[in-house]
Amino acid sequence: MNDNTTIISVLCDLLAPFNVDQKPLTEATDIPADLNIDSVGILDFIMEVEDHFDIEIPMNAVSNIRTIGELAAYVQTSLNKVS
Amino acid sequence: MVDLLEKHKGMADRFQRMLDMGINGLGVTNDQMLSPTRAMVGNREIILAGTNNYMGITFEPSVIAAGQKALAEFGTGTTGSRIANGSFAMHKELEKSLADFLGLKHCIVFTTGYQANLGMLSGLAGPKDTIYLDADSHSSIYDGCTLSGAKLVRFRHNDAADLDKRMARSEGEEGGKLVVLEGIYSMLGDRAPLADFVALKKKHDFQLLVDDAHSFGVLGPNGRGLADEAGIEEGVDFVIGTFSKSVGAIGGFGASNHPLFETLRYAMRPYMFTASSSPASVATSIAALKVLKEQPERRAKLWANSERLFNGLRALGLDTGTDVVSPVIAVKMPDELTTITKWNALFQAGVYVNMAVPPGTPNRLCLLRCSVSAAHTEAEIDQIIAIFKEAVAT
Repeated sequence: MNDNTTIISVLCDLLAPFNVDQKPLTEATDIPADLNIDSVGILDFIMEVEDHFDIEIPMNAVSNIRTIGELAAYVQTSLNKVS
Repeated sequence: MVDLLEKHKGMADRFQRMLDMGINGLGVTNDQMLSPTRAMVGNREIILAGTNNYMGITFEPSVIAAGQKALAEFGTGTTGSRIANGSFAMHKELEKSLADFLGLKHCIVFTTGYQANLGMLSGLAGPKDTIYLDADSHSSIYDGCTLSGAKLVRFRHNDAADLDKRMARSEGEEGGKLVVLEGIYSMLGDRAPLADFVALKKKHDFQLLVDDAHSFGVLGPNGRGLADEAGIEEGVDFVIGTFSKSVGAIGGFGASNHPLFETLRYAMRPYMFTASSSPASVATSIAALKVLKEQPERRAKLWANSERLFNGLRALGLDTGTDVVSPVIAVKMPDELTTITKWNALFQAGVYVNMAVPPGTPNRLCLLRCSVSAAHTEAEIDQIIAIFKEAVAT
């Protein structure tokens, strides 16, 4: 079951290794602005998300995703397309 | 008012921290070039071990003479684009020389290597296409991909199985597919397992491009690059290269056997909307290619030097990040502060290497990046190793 809460929880787990300052993560966390992750780090994180959910998140889409909540929504939409 | 430069404050603070240590590893100025491997920085003579001057060709008399002749006969610049007034006979001669060198039918030269990637990638792929690029790709590849407007999918470094998985996710989508690899990756010096990627062509429908920026002149029995070394040149559809490394000049190229390749000249904005290479640079590139072709012993010397430095640094217990020897040899550092400190210790002791820190490195690595030249003497390589021993390994 991949409801929004579950997806956000998974995203926070996947984000943990990249969150070197161990800042608290919420749906509203702005990934590039609030966390000390460089551009390559964000792409590496997205790759982990793609593989966990077996979906594709093109690089072009990443620049439009800011918050964990927005990423969760993108993941949810992609999962719906797959199923 | 929103200050546009405010977004770079973090980077400025980071740079200032290095300056506060009395170090500017990103702004070294060569006051005088003594040879391909030696420079004067202020009143100090430095061994250059981070200049990508793989063939040590920058002071070759025949190459310099060709540049001087072109400067005298054709002037300082072309003052125009290749599709306007900026095509000289020598540009076409260089393209033919390169095509012959590569054993390919078509070649287009660009003003810089960076523009070669911007032009080729944006000319080949468009908004309806997909580009699959290695995660460790050079910034010019990322920028060229972005300029294309294509869908961009990143796969794990040197991992053909990962590419297979990602291509399967978008199986059946319309549009062309382009896979982009590098011959030698610029930070760690490892190279793409080309046969694995070429084999995937039997399963997925795509065209393959190899950026041989660091491997042109370096890899293969003919110095043609990665596909030449792997013996599968027919598996590669497009090759990109630069003149700023083995050729010792400035410029870049794209080459292919594709029958429509020449039409790219009218589809690549970074080719059309910039001035063409200066006569001196084009002439030196032609002359340097001739030297590369006639003196394969330079390549042999480069590899001997590379093995000597690689083995020497490994014997000091330093972590090179890869077991594969190449002219690019990096030493891993634990963090940015140590990298800056050790870089400075090397520099003060008389060796210049590249200070490489995130985000310009894969996996957020901090590196002291060396590049070897055929012009290094064995004594210079040994001196570099000895200085690493004192400055880094202790």
